[in-house]
Amino acid sequence: MLNYLISGISLGSVYAIIALGYTMVYGIAKMLNFAHGDVIMVGGYAAFCAGTYLGWPVPLAILFSMMICTILGIVIEKLAYKPLRSATSLAVLITAIGVSYFLQNIALLIWTSNPKAFPNMVNFIPSIVLNKGTGSEITISSTTIVTIIASILIMVALTLFTGKTKIGKAMRAVSEDKGAAQLMGINVNATISVTFAIGSGLAAIAGVLLCSAYPTLMPTTGSMPGIKAFTAAVLGGIGSIPGAMLGGILLGILEKFAQAYISTQLSDAVVFAALIVVLLVKPTGLLGKKVMEKV
Amino acid sequence: MAETLLKVSDLNVYYGSIHAIKGISFEVKEGEIVTLIGANGAGKSTSLNTVAGLLKPGSGQIEFCGKSLIGVPAHKIVKQGMALCPEGRRVFLQLSVKENLEMGAYSRPDSEVNDSINMVYDLFPRLKERYKQVAGTLSGGEQQMLAMGRALMSKPRLMMLDEPSMGLAPILVDQIFDIIKNLHAAGTTILLVEQNARKALAIADRAYVLETGRIVNTGTGSDLLHDDSVRKAYLGG
Ligand SMILES: Nc1ncnc2c1ncn2[C@@H]1O[C@H](COP(=O)(O)OP(=O)(O)OP(=O)(O)O)[C@@H](O)[C@H]1O
Ligand SMILES: [Mg+2]
Repeated sequence: MLNYLISGISLGSVYAIIALGYTMVYGIAKMLNFAHGDVIMVGGYAAFCAGTYLGWPVPLAILFSMMICTILGIVIEKLAYKPLRSATSLAVLITAIGVSYFLQNIALLIWTSNPKAFPNMVNFIPSIVLNKGTGSEITISSTTIVTIIASILIMVALTLFTGKTKIGKAMRAVSEDKGAAQLMGINVNATISVTFAIGSGLAAIAGVLLCSAYPTLMPTTGSMPGIKAFTAAVLGGIGSIPGAMLGGILLGILEKFAQAYISTQLSDAVVFAALIVVLLVKPTGLLGKKVMEKV
Repeated sequence: MAETLLKVSDLNVYYGSIHAIKGISFEVKEGEIVTLIGANGAGKSTSLNTVAGLLKPGSGQIEFCGKSLIGVPAHKIVKQGMALCPEGRRVFLQLSVKENLEMGAYSRPDSEVNDSINMVYDLFPRLKERYKQVAGTLSGGEQQMLAMGRALMSKPRLMMLDEPSMGLAPILVDQIFDIIKNLHAAGTTILLVEQNARKALAIADRAYVLETGRIVNTGTGSDLLHDDSVRKAYLGG
C-alpha cells in the first residue's frame, strides 16, 4: 500500500515536471505544444549520448541535454508556431502533432528503434529504508527522492519567477492580452521564446528523471508520458503552476493504484476516466481559476 | 509655431478585404489636445491602433517626432514617447494594480519605476489604496484610472486615449476629463477619441470628424462645437 503510494508520487513527480512545461507554454502562449513529450525524448537521448558515448560526467550530460532541449524548443517555436500566431487553434494543434511525429522520426533515423539502456543518472544520494527490521521494509530509492525534490524545487522556482521577476510578470501580461502587452513595450515574441526555452529546459530534466526510473529509451519514450502529463495539467487546471504539480502527483498515484488493484491494462483507462469526471464536476480543473471580467 | 509631434498622411488600413481607413491625414502638434470624433465604426480606434503599431497600415505615412513609424513594432514605439490607453481599458485583470503599473514602465530603467508609480498614486489616490488588489476586482472607473496611470508610466510625450469615459457614471466622466486637462497642463500632448463629442470638443484645441473611414470635417474645438452639421450628427441637434 505505502509502496504504491511512494512509487505513485515518484511517477507523479515526473508527470508534474512535464505538466509544468505544458502549463507554462499553454498559460503564456495559449497553445498546446503536443510535441512537448517528444522534446523529453530528445532530452533523454542527448543526456544518453553525452553520458554514455562521450563519457561526460553526469552534471555536464544533464546540462548538455538541457541546452539542446532549450535550443530545440526555441527553434520549434520560431519555425513551426510563430508563423501561426494568428491562425486558428486547430491549425496550431495539427502543426504541433506534426512536429511531434517529425521529432520521433528524426530520432528513429538517428538512434533507430532499438531501445537504449539508459544509465541511472540521479542515484547520487543514498536511498531510505522505512520500517527497518520489521519484515515489511519499504525502500525509497535514490531516484524517487531526487525526482520528488526536483519537482518541488522546480515548482517553487517557477512560482517565484512568474510572480516576482520583471520578465515573469511580462509573461503573465502577455498571457492575458498580447496587444496590451505590446503597448507596454513588452516584446511579445521574445517573451514567448523565453517561455518555450523554459518549458523545454524542464523537459530535458524530466527526460533524465524519467529514463533514470524507466531505463529503456526509444523514439516513442516521450509520447505516453507527454499525454499523461498533459492530462495532469488539465486535471490540475491548465495554466496553473500548483495545479500542474497537484495534477501530476494525483495522476501518478492513481495510475500506480489502478495498476495494483484493478489491472495493468486498464490503468490508463482509469486515469483518463478520472480526468473526465473531474472536468465534468469542475471544468476549469482542480486549481484552475475562472477569469473575472468586468465590462 | 509648435513642432509637429505626430503626422499621419494618406493612411489606408484594411481588415482583410474591409477598407476601414480610406486615406486619412491628420497631425498633432506639441502641446495640443486634438480629438477625433465620429460615429460607431467610423474608424477612430483603427486609426489610433495603427499609429501605435498594433495594426499594419496598407499604405501611407506615420511620422512621430520626424521619424517614420512604418514597420516599427508596437513595443518599440512606446520607447519613442508615445502611449496608447486602449479602448475597453485592457488592464491585466490577473495582475495587481502595482504590477499593472510596473508593466507600463516596462521599457524604462528599473531605478525610475518607483518614482513614477508614486506620481501615478498622487494622481489617482484610489489606486494607491488598492495597490495589492488584482485589477480584475476593481470597479470600472478604477480600471479606467489604472489604464490611464499605466499608460502614463512610460512618460509619454504623446498620450493617445481611446474613449476613456466609456461606460462611466457622469461624475466619473467629469473626473476623467479633469485629469486629461491636468495632464495636458503638465505638458503632455493629447490625442483623444471620444463618444462624448461635446466634452471632447470643449477641451480640444483642434478636432477631426471621421465618417466611415474618411475625414469629413476639421477645425478648432469651438468651431466644430458650433458647426451645424456636427451639432446635428454628434451633439444631438
Ligand atoms: N478586427 C476587425 N476585423 C474586421 N473589421 C473590423 C475589425 N475591427 C474593426 N473593424 C471594422 O472597421 C471599422 C472601423 O472600426 P473602429 O473600431 O475603428 O471604429 P470606431 O470608430 O472606433 O468605433 P467605436 O466608436 O464603436 O469604437 C468598422 O466598420 C469595424 O466593423
Ligand atoms: Mg473605437
